[in-house]
Amino acid sequence: MSGRVLVGVKRVIDYAVKIRVKPDNSGVVTDGVKHSMNPFCEIAVEEAVKMKEKKLIKEVVAVSCGPQQAQETIRTALAMGADRGIHVEVTGKDYDMLGPLQVSKIMAALAKKEDAQLIILGKQAIDGDCNQTGQMTAALLDWPQGTFASEVSLEGDTVKVVREIDGGLETIKINTPAVLTADLRLNTPRYATLPNIMKAKKKKIAKVKPADLGLDMTSRLEVLRVDEPPQRLAGVKVETVDDLVAKLKETGRL
Amino acid sequence: MFPASRYSSKAHRCIRALKTAQGEHAAPPLYTTLNRRACSSVSTPRITTHYTIHSRDKDPRWEGIEMERFADEADVVIVGGGPAGLSAAIRLKQLANEHEKELRVCLVEKASQIGAHTLSGACLEPTALDELIPDWKERGAPLNTPVTEDVFSILTEKYRIPVPILPGLPMGNHGNYIVRLGNFVRWLGEQAEELGVELYPGYAAAEVLFHEDGSVKGIATNDVGIAKDGSPKDVFERGMELHAKVTMFGEGCHGHLAKQLYKQFNLRENCEPQTYAIGLKEVWAIDEKKWRPGRAEHSVGWPLNRLTYGGSFLYHLNEGEPLVALGFVVGLDYTNPYLSPFREFQRWKHHPFVAATLEGGSRIAYGARALNEGGSQSIPKLTFPGGLLIGCSPGFMNVPKIKGTHTAMKSGMLAAEAVFPKVTAEGLDSETAGLHAPEYAETLKKSWVWKELHAVRNIRPSFHNYFGLYGGMAYTGVFYWIFRGKEPWTLKHCGLDADQLKPAKECTPIEYPKPDGKLSFDLLSSVALSGTNHEGDQPAHLTLKSDSVPVQRNLAIYDGPEQRFCPAGVYEYVPLETGDGMRLQINAQNCVHCKTCDIKDPSQNINWVVPEGGGGPAYNGL
Repeated sequence: MSGRVLVGVKRVIDYAVKIRVKPDNSGVVTDGVKHSMNPFCEIAVEEAVKMKEKKLIKEVVAVSCGPQQAQETIRTALAMGADRGIHVEVTGKDYDMLGPLQVSKIMAALAKKEDAQLIILGKQAIDGDCNQTGQMTAALLDWPQGTFASEVSLEGDTVKVVREIDGGLETIKINTPAVLTADLRLNTPRYATLPNIMKAKKKKIAKVKPADLGLDMTSRLEVLRVDEPPQRLAGVKVETVDDLVAKLKETGRL
Repeated sequence: MFPASRYSSKAHRCIRALKTAQGEHAAPPLYTTLNRRACSSVSTPRITTHYTIHSRDKDPRWEGIEMERFADEADVVIVGGGPAGLSAAIRLKQLANEHEKELRVCLVEKASQIGAHTLSGACLEPTALDELIPDWKERGAPLNTPVTEDVFSILTEKYRIPVPILPGLPMGNHGNYIVRLGNFVRWLGEQAEELGVELYPGYAAAEVLFHEDGSVKGIATNDVGIAKDGSPKDVFERGMELHAKVTMFGEGCHGHLAKQLYKQFNLRENCEPQTYAIGLKEVWAIDEKKWRPGRAEHSVGWPLNRLTYGGSFLYHLNEGEPLVALGFVVGLDYTNPYLSPFREFQRWKHHPFVAATLEGGSRIAYGARALNEGGSQSIPKLTFPGGLLIGCSPGFMNVPKIKGTHTAMKSGMLAAEAVFPKVTAEGLDSETAGLHAPEYAETLKKSWVWKELHAVRNIRPSFHNYFGLYGGMAYTGVFYWIFRGKEPWTLKHCGLDADQLKPAKECTPIEYPKPDGKLSFDLLSSVALSGTNHEGDQPAHLTLKSDSVPVQRNLAIYDGPEQRFCPAGVYEYVPLETGDGMRLQINAQNCVHCKTCDIKDPSQNINWVVPEGGGGPAYNGL
């Protein structure tokens, strides 16, 4: 086994920032807004680096898709312990419409190219909330998948994954190569400290275009309009149960 | 610390009881409710856990933890990525390129990205920029809105008295640009990076390092991974040391490291204490019909009374969208502890003159920051072995103009010019390991910065008279407009802002109107709009020298002014879970790093220290 792990990291608007819809309703304002690495991607990077520290794998490669600023996110992953980065350059309209299908095609192509043993992704991104990329990537590669992982143990050429599911916890054993997606309780990511940021400047980030991988980034989706959620209206207080039934009938709920 | 004469006999008994009855919950029944409030802290809940107050040396939880720090060397280290710090960095690299010398310049900034903690009106005077980067227009500096009209008003509750801006008055803005300073600072950061400055946003300078001979060696960045209770987490890592021949401190108004340096090197022995104001700001997207790009409005008067210094600004930006930047400034030498600068700001927006512009618009940003008002009387000694102070940290703001960016930038440039020959000299003969550059202070005194500040030095102190605002305006009209500040005397300020508060019982509470959700808003939704956040599991960075002082003194005498002057709702007095009495709750995550609490706390008990880097507001072009 190559001992190489691919980790996907996404640059998203920081979770504490208030989102604003663009005046032309075509999307959300991103210019100058504080961005950071998707929290689930941080957990994914941490898991990969922990595996390397335990000598279970040999190399961690951080991948991000997007414009020039995506390199900042890769640098943070490098500062956390990744060995090198791959920046897949996607800009303009392609970047606006970049979704799980396109990213999973990219990850699948890179996994084959880099002969990856494992792909670790965050379970979902906090902007799209799609929760699809990991699953689509596994399907495109015809690899097993361990999603919503809250515990991962690499044992030879199998992986034991404890998954968080609605009913509780499910433990599965899958063969490598495999795709894993990280859930919240998998680990606590380390800080990217300044000496590591300085060292990360010397690590390599390779730049590729989707066309170089033979991929088409056209989206099947079209965003018609983006609106703020409607203002929550004040509630109405009723005095008796009869009033309540009358109100419900009035609004057509009963 | 507690002037005994100011306490009633009941309070005396209370304090004595505290000393003897530590740990007991029940307050003896013979005390009145007032005293029970004051001595609820028979067992004061522990508030402060930060290691600057509770040292880690003797803390058993820290035994065996690796405390070694990684260190690196640079030629110059700059603390703070604002206009002063970045101008100094740019100037250093320009000189290095000119003279074909190698120079390593490292800049650390506590915000997650350059510009994220920057907040200002702002009307930029391009004098310093013209000197620093003459081709700024070609390079795309975001100075998009030249000022086209200046409007000055004195407001009464319902009306407005227009005041003509005669040429020569300090608030005339001909030739200036309305800018979003955060965007301008971001652009300066890009220019600095192009020149090869190493910028490290997201890393806060938490400690000043000293050589054996007492000169400054550099700084250390903050430790990470300390839990809220002060114990080390699994992810604990020490900060890093950055050593330099010269360290420039550009932390902005009331920097926390500067506070330490003042004591260490006795820099304030020959100047007056600094006086401050708090500035609150919002950005609104308004109705296109109301938009007049290039219009700069200022007002004084309502809602403040004539004895409280302050006023407002409203600038129409010209950057595509119909945006206005508006805000309110309140001098922190106000005397009424019931005054809330935030709520004064919110109710000012309801004035017909202001509401007319804002109606139909929506608020898109909020923030607050303290600013200097001391002028030339309050400038400390600027240099010391191993370092120097630049920008709003020592404080070069021209108060009547309400502009400090151009002087901050110039101070950074002059510092760079003074330091460059020393750090690049071969075999420099220096008395101390850290280099001393007193030439910086000398060149500053001969520059236009000093001339400007000297001319306006008496305007702010002239407000301390019976007629308050009107006396000050009259003084400005006569001595500045006519005599250009050449009068031979220099007026003094009244002392520390923290000492100006009158006890609550001598003042009347102010009835503020409820926010209407359209023009005025409540505090918490405003704080949310600032995008501020901090790692929750870290010790509160608003440290108290004594945990019992807030309830015993601030609440008892001044009715807890910190719950009113904090623009982010950090301080709350909440009832104790058991028994009677109140305790201070510090919501450190809300902090927007404005520094007002450190300035205005009447007990000077609050010491603001820097939290983990990357935390704080996420201002976008503010």
